[in-house]
Amino acid sequence: MVAGGFGVGKTTFVGAVSEINPLRTEAVMTSASAGIDDLTHTGDKTTTTVAMDFGRITLDQDLILYLFGTPGQDRFWFMWDDLVRGAIGAVVLVDTRRLADCFPAVDYFENSGLPFVIALNGFDGHQPYNPEEVREALQIGPDTPIITTDARHRADAKSALITLVEHALMARLK
Amino acid sequence: MTPPPASHDPYGASVDAYGDEGDQPLVRPYAMTGGRTRPRYQLAIEALVSTTADPSVMAGLLPEHQRICHLCREVKSVAEISALLTMPLGVARILVADLAEAGMVAIHQPGNGEAGGTPDVTLLERVLSGLRKL
Repeated sequence: MVAGGFGVGKTTFVGAVSEINPLRTEAVMTSASAGIDDLTHTGDKTTTTVAMDFGRITLDQDLILYLFGTPGQDRFWFMWDDLVRGAIGAVVLVDTRRLADCFPAVDYFENSGLPFVIALNGFDGHQPYNPEEVREALQIGPDTPIITTDARHRADAKSALITLVEHALMARLK
Repeated sequence: MTPPPASHDPYGASVDAYGDEGDQPLVRPYAMTGGRTRPRYQLAIEALVSTTADPSVMAGLLPEHQRICHLCREVKSVAEISALLTMPLGVARILVADLAEAGMVAIHQPGNGEAGGTPDVTLLERVLSGLRKL
């Protein structure tokens, strides 16, 4: 999973390392989900569409890795619950100029127990804060990797994924 | 050097389909599923679907089922079926489950099938080694 606030570069990250142009799948939220969406009281038949971009990487003949960008709106938790099953882990992309945008994702993964890494997406190579300052600000434990990345670059995105899988492996072996 | 027509590339064709978000489908999404909103069993969004069904058998299927079979001659995930055929994820899940029940497609659920679907160490090691080789 690739998570983070709106406009932080999730689809860019997916596109940088995916072998296909990112695709978009949509889920229709109907009145069955009433109560979690503000729009539901505006009419009996209100439906909301939540879109999710994803890419794929064929790792070997019978192993395909899918990268799902979480829906931009954090309120669509039902989609996150769907994605988190079977997921290896999550890359939480962070724009340090808007640190608070990543709080919901960090909270979500801490609660769900899914291994995650924090990737500081440096726009135009700028990294105004170093990883340890961000760790302090986010109150992230020492075990969770915090790395810097440029979501536009394939090598960076690949490296972030490797860090995540290594971290997930460590968590499993503990 | 003439590039192949876009229609031969399902991925290329799909991008345009999202160009205009104002387009509304002519048929309400769940009309294709006969009003059902839940599949018979829960398919993972990344479950892989493939078919070796004979085209002559496919001819008797509903058009949406045929489109899925056609697409899944190469392995596709449920998410890709939803995206490439521009149908909501829930609809794709139901139609794929129908096809599986009818024996028209094979489904490869991810992971080792254990509850919760947490990937095991062997799978993580394979993924890691695959990523490093990219």
